Amino acid sequence: MKYNLTKKIYDRTFQVIGLITISIALLMLVIFLVSIFKMGIPRLSWDFITSLPSRFPEKAGIYTAMMGTIWLMVLTAIFAIPIGVMGAIYLEEYGKKNRFSHLLEKNIANLSGVPSVIYGILGLELFARTLALGNSLLTGSLTLSLLILPVIIVSTREALKAIPNSLREGSYALGATKWQTIYRLILPAAAGNILTGIILALSRAIGEAAPLIVAGALVYVPFAPTNPMDEYSALPIQIFNWISRPQAAFAINAAAGIIVLLVVTFLLNGFAIAYRYRLKKKQKW
Amino acid sequence: MKIIVKLSMLLMVVLLATSCGNKSKQNTLKGQILIDGSSTVFPLSEAVAEEFRHTYPQVKVSVGESGTGGGFKKFSRAETDINDASRAIREEEIAACKENGVDFLELEVAYDGMVVVVNPRNTWVKDLKVSELKKIWAPEAQGKIMKWNQIRPEWPDKEIHLYGPGTASGTFDYFTEAIVGKAKSSRGDYTASEDDNVLVQGVASDELALGYFGLAYYENNKDKLKVVPIDDENPANGEGATYPDAKTVQNKTYAPLSRPLFIYINSKSLVRPEVQAFVEFYLDNCIALAPQVGYVSLDSTAYKIAKDQWNEFLQKHTQKQ
Repeated sequence: MKYNLTKKIYDRTFQVIGLITISIALLMLVIFLVSIFKMGIPRLSWDFITSLPSRFPEKAGIYTAMMGTIWLMVLTAIFAIPIGVMGAIYLEEYGKKNRFSHLLEKNIANLSGVPSVIYGILGLELFARTLALGNSLLTGSLTLSLLILPVIIVSTREALKAIPNSLREGSYALGATKWQTIYRLILPAAAGNILTGIILALSRAIGEAAPLIVAGALVYVPFAPTNPMDEYSALPIQIFNWISRPQAAFAINAAAGIIVLLVVTFLLNGFAIAYRYRLKKKQKW
Repeated sequence: MKIIVKLSMLLMVVLLATSCGNKSKQNTLKGQILIDGSSTVFPLSEAVAEEFRHTYPQVKVSVGESGTGGGFKKFSRAETDINDASRAIREEEIAACKENGVDFLELEVAYDGMVVVVNPRNTWVKDLKVSELKKIWAPEAQGKIMKWNQIRPEWPDKEIHLYGPGTASGTFDYFTEAIVGKAKSSRGDYTASEDDNVLVQGVASDELALGYFGLAYYENNKDKLKVVPIDDENPANGEGATYPDAKTVQNKTYAPLSRPLFIYINSKSLVRPEVQAFVEFYLDNCIALAPQVGYVSLDSTAYKIAKDQWNEFLQKHTQKQ
């Protein structure tokens, strides 16, 4: 009896501690969101979204930075997703498990911990200078792609690992080739988790300012980019610039900018989540 | 997958098309001007670019803020047309320019004042001498100068709490050079932030605080801060302590805490008429625009001199071509 009671007490204690930790995390988020929304919502307007940057806080808008961020995200997704997913498929399904692959694995895991500004320096040398892409959206999105590739690779591999081997064996038993098995069975089955990883990776990329500034993103850009070679600014850069201005009205702009950034992030992720939902529905087993 | 392949092909085509078509735009003021450099000068260049756009809507002026040093790296490779700088160009940066055949013109465009502030509830500080500031901020003061009465015996026996910019900031460089005598030489035990607004908050909420930062941050928070007039102990420059304001910064009686802000113009960009128009526009409009973004303009004769320098530089380089 007594033994059982202590066990129960332990159990309860752990539950309570867990509840407290999650509450603290959520409370921080709520405090942050409430203060941002209180400050920023009154500033949000169609004008704010469609205006160019300006030295007058009440006239300044977020249009070019927002367009820059949308361009960046689309391009980054185009570069990073196929490379990341295919790299993970190779490592997980094709690659032999030897010393070299072990080394590769450790390196990829380490890369996801490299400070983002380092990627900015790499992007500046490699893309902006060596490949002569300059201060373009291409430079920025390729830099961000490098930044999130490790995240995509690691999460895709986890997703692939979670597929039971019996599925692969069953497919081979029916005479399917390796590629057929991967393309028709494994990938669809893992798609949900892969997408989750991609969402996390893109959400990280969208909030980055430091690597973009190093790689040549600008702050005052009075025109929306029309092609991937155009110069650009991005939402986090504009927000950072506003927050460090002396005039208090710019801080309000920054709050409104943060709301726009949140909405853009939610929208982009929303597409991915809706797509994941559709995939799950299509899955027949 | 198919969509991805198609999209990336489309991208390639667009890429090729644009990289070929970028060269031929020298007619009736179209084109692109690229400015980078100091984040301190940024608001001024942004303001000029914003106004310039009203006059020349076809010219795309964009401004970055990768820092004075980062900007000069790009400038010396002729990757940018104009570099914003909160300090004069350094020897090694000049060398880098020469190596790439870049000649440049340095133009002073405005002053940035620095203020020393205390909390409004601080009743004892009426002024500070430069020597006292040095005593407070010198590296030797670390861990030693901790109380107000160590600076002047009649001040209270209370702790002094220091606030200042982080070591990456140009304000830090300039303040340490002007006060301690050597750039970047400062005590380390103070509350540092790269964001001057954080310093404003700190001093505003701490009765025992003393801090320094840009004049614009004081002018936008006058109700929360008390500014300290500075005595440079140089009788030639007026007796006693001087308050910082537009006039004293401009006529340099508020010394030594005001610094000039510069733009550097790349000789390789001079052939482009849109760059010429922009520099002229910059010099013509600074006097009105600098105060709007929190800086102090030069007096009008100084801009005239700058314009003469500019014309000379322009002639020298356009005749060669």
